[in-house]
Amino acid sequence: MESILQVKNLNISFNTYAGEVKAIRGVNFDLKKGETLAIVGESGSGKSVTTKSIMQLLPKSNSEIKQGSEILFDGKNLVELSDKEMEKVRGKDISMIFQDPMTSLNPTMKIGKQIAEPLIKHQSFSRKQAMDRALELLKLVGLPQPETRIHQYPHQFSGGQRQRIVIAVALACNPKVLIADEPTTALDVTIQAQILDLMKNLQKKIDTSIIFITHDLGVVANVADRVAVMYGGKIVEVGTVDEIFYNPQHPYTWGLISSMPSIDADDDELFVIPGSPPDLLNPPKGDAFALRNRYAMTIDLEEEPPMFKVSDTHYAATWLLHPDAPEVEPPLAVQKRQHKFRGNNHTEGDVF
Amino acid sequence: MGKYLLQRILFMLLTLFIIISITFFLMKLIPGSPFAAAAKLSESQRAIMEAKYGLDQPLPIQYFRYMANVIQGDLGISFQFSNTPVTDLISGRIGPSAMLGLQAMIFGTIFGIFLGVIGALKQNTWIDSGSTLIAVLGKSIPSFVFAALLQYFIAVKLGWLPVAFWRGWEYSILPTIALSIFPISIAARFMRTEMIEVLSSDYIVLARAKGASSFEVAFKHALRNALIPVVTVLGPLAVSLMTGSLVVEKIFAIPGLGEQFVTSINVLDYPVIMGTTILFAALFIFIVLVVDVLYSIIDPRIRLSGGEN
Amino acid sequence: MVNNSNKKFPKEMFQKAQYDESLAEKIEKPSLSFWQDAWLRVRKNKAAIVSLVILTLLFIMALIGPYLSGHPTGQNVAHSNLPPKIEAISDVSWLPFDGTLTNRNGVTLTPYEDRQIEESYWFGTDSLGRDLFTRLWEGVRISLLIAFLATAIDMVIGVSYGAISGYFGGRVDNIMQRIIEILSGIPNLVIVILLILVLEPGILSITLALAITGWVTMARVVRGQVLKLKNQEFALASKTLGARDFRIIYKHLLPNLVGVIIINTMFTIPNAIFFEAFLSFIGLGLQPPDASLGTLIEDGFKVILLYPYMLLVPAVVISLLMITFNLLADGLRDAFDPKMRD
Ligand SMILES: Nc1ncnc2c1ncn2[C@@H]1O[C@H](COP(=O)(O)OP(=O)(O)O)[C@@H](O)[C@H]1O
Ligand SMILES: [Mg+2]
Repeated sequence: MESILQVKNLNISFNTYAGEVKAIRGVNFDLKKGETLAIVGESGSGKSVTTKSIMQLLPKSNSEIKQGSEILFDGKNLVELSDKEMEKVRGKDISMIFQDPMTSLNPTMKIGKQIAEPLIKHQSFSRKQAMDRALELLKLVGLPQPETRIHQYPHQFSGGQRQRIVIAVALACNPKVLIADEPTTALDVTIQAQILDLMKNLQKKIDTSIIFITHDLGVVANVADRVAVMYGGKIVEVGTVDEIFYNPQHPYTWGLISSMPSIDADDDELFVIPGSPPDLLNPPKGDAFALRNRYAMTIDLEEEPPMFKVSDTHYAATWLLHPDAPEVEPPLAVQKRQHKFRGNNHTEGDVF
Repeated sequence: MGKYLLQRILFMLLTLFIIISITFFLMKLIPGSPFAAAAKLSESQRAIMEAKYGLDQPLPIQYFRYMANVIQGDLGISFQFSNTPVTDLISGRIGPSAMLGLQAMIFGTIFGIFLGVIGALKQNTWIDSGSTLIAVLGKSIPSFVFAALLQYFIAVKLGWLPVAFWRGWEYSILPTIALSIFPISIAARFMRTEMIEVLSSDYIVLARAKGASSFEVAFKHALRNALIPVVTVLGPLAVSLMTGSLVVEKIFAIPGLGEQFVTSINVLDYPVIMGTTILFAALFIFIVLVVDVLYSIIDPRIRLSGGEN
Repeated sequence: MVNNSNKKFPKEMFQKAQYDESLAEKIEKPSLSFWQDAWLRVRKNKAAIVSLVILTLLFIMALIGPYLSGHPTGQNVAHSNLPPKIEAISDVSWLPFDGTLTNRNGVTLTPYEDRQIEESYWFGTDSLGRDLFTRLWEGVRISLLIAFLATAIDMVIGVSYGAISGYFGGRVDNIMQRIIEILSGIPNLVIVILLILVLEPGILSITLALAITGWVTMARVVRGQVLKLKNQEFALASKTLGARDFRIIYKHLLPNLVGVIIINTMFTIPNAIFFEAFLSFIGLGLQPPDASLGTLIEDGFKVILLYPYMLLVPAVVISLLMITFNLLADGLRDAFDPKMRD
């Protein structure tokens, strides 16, 4: 399938008072036309930085995208675009939904105007046209009484409603790529489900490729086609939803899956990956996950693992896939899933 | 909103009442009679004077009389210029002070906001450093030191502007600059911090994500949001202008309230001291109220929550 | 991107490594203590460090300065109104230390030669022939003394008031907050002036007047901090466990509280210095022969047209004090304020 967005060898650092934070360390992935790619990883793994770099929204003052990084979109390397050229991409071809709807709308601007803005800017709509379209969008995202509420300020809406508005803003210009950075994390559970539903519905209605960021593997199965697992500024495993859920290879993915509450697993205690994320000021020498990994081998402490191919669509960066590595037994929860994967023919979405 | 306002005004009157009372009793605590030092009066002459000003009455009576008078807008009669009511003295002096204060306030906040915005937009450049430097100097150098230096170098040495007195608009330039340096620095620092904070907020990132240019981001989205809280420093700024006016008017020999206040302090003219104090306090309380109301008017979040509650 | 590498690694590399769960916990960032972290930040702030150095020098001068010039402290009318003269740099024409004075008509006066005075006064003398260098540092000493005393009193009142108000909460807090509200409705200027009129100007009365108006801010920030800390998990935890864990208090409560107290203090001191000088300038300062920076400025201003150095010297020093204190305070605030952390 054709790729719409390709990220190659992305390296990003932040200069802080304590030193250089190597937040992104060689990330590669591509986004296919029409698909939804989920990027999963614990907080601090570099998901937001990756997506912000696609939009070129990192703070100029202290961030640095390293030489050799490529973000290819529409035949252009976004890293090399000027501010002016980038403005034409943002909001028009690529748009974004943020984590916290409470803070992502301008508090002193009416929501109608906030939705209309990109339309006037990118599509040369008149004010009237733009407001009409804003109204349509509000209906599309399911905001009640859009005719009156379009003239209200953000603080007059609940968190879930605001997230709908943010989604409307993002969809205004029919973007080719939509990046949703943890769009449900800041919402309470019932609202989360509603927003996820909305996103799934929209997925069907619009012809947009989506990058869906989350730290919660649980929501991934329902929305994504493919999953990339991020750890310590790198992608450590990537594959289709089924491959990641039923045949995970990286011990970190195993940890994520074991810590996911599941219906049929009768062992009650939720697993928690021990330890904390690596220090990106001084990234460890070998595999960044080694010290938290009960399957770690001597080589994990010395050498960074390359991406090993599992199938045409499935890759993982762990030395366990090296031919010389011993066979290990994954955690029980993973074994069960792998069993299913090899056993029956499952259907998409039926992962729980 | 109406109820809130009423509540605030009542509270304001209570504060004012307390201030007047404190002022009154503190003045009574001041050792010595105002006529002891001022003129070489004999014991009996002094008694006559004290009787004339009601100073021979018991304290509670003096207090109630004073309160009653204040409510009717009568602040008593000046000791130093006998027979002149304090209200007349004040109203004769308020013009230059008000003009200086307003000029300094307007010039100071606008210029300060300008400096702050530039500093924030050009963060960590020499422009930013320059604007920060002005802000630090303005906040640190005492107004009277600055005023005296301005007077000496600009007026005396260079002769560009009049040294002192109040005979036309050009006479107000140096005092206005001297007074406005503090508002400039406060407004600039506040504005810079606000602007930087706003510029790094999520909704600004979203505005950029929508494709807004840096100009649109700065002026359509950030500025308004950063300006709103600046209203809150207007109160303290007005107060600083009152403080500043005492010394600046003294330095430039301007016939304003501040200069009169300083003179009255030096000759212990109680009625004028009390009158001016009460006026300053009332002005201060009033400004604080106005600022709060203004704030709720320009910030839609407060405006509506105020209306609904 | 993909590398099913053919590179050979020795077999033993693929043996299971020692796994130690406690090790996993250790890879956290090397956690700096609150103070180390703050110090690291202050040290990065050049303006704050330079200010600290200058302030230290000024303090030292306030202590030893009055004894350095070798001139007697008393009056000496024969040596009145002498301009600054420093032998070593009197030839540097752009520096005003050549012992000459230009009067309003542009005529250069040479009082040292005219009056055949052998000694030189580094910062000149005043109208009573007192050595201004000595008086300056005496003045700085008094100004600093007043400022520190006032700030110390501020701190005691403010911290106790704020802590009590915040800790007990409820009715007590409510009443104490109302009182603060009324107090802050009264302009400081008014209270200070009235108090000094009542108490008569002097070191003690000025200190007291400054302290009485200054504590409100301190009380506010301390109360806010205490309220916040009271509701935080570790405080709740140690309460419910019934544990009086002094280490928790020492590690979390204290640093946060001390942080805001230090910041606030650092802003109070220059404010007190300013107010003392301000009071002197409007005639409510120390009485002669005592000198403070404020009275020196006031004296200098009276003769600004004839002897500008009498104003300039204390004006420069007070500005320097104020600037360095403010810069240092800014630096500390940035260092301690968790909001500014990236
Ligand atoms: N502006 C910044 N300055 C310094 N470090 C940053 C900045 N933004 C992000 N980082 C660092 O980059 C890493 C990845 O952050 P992020 O992408 O936000 O993680 P997440 O996966 O939770 O979205 C973190 O270690 C974070 O500390
Ligand atoms: Mg994130």
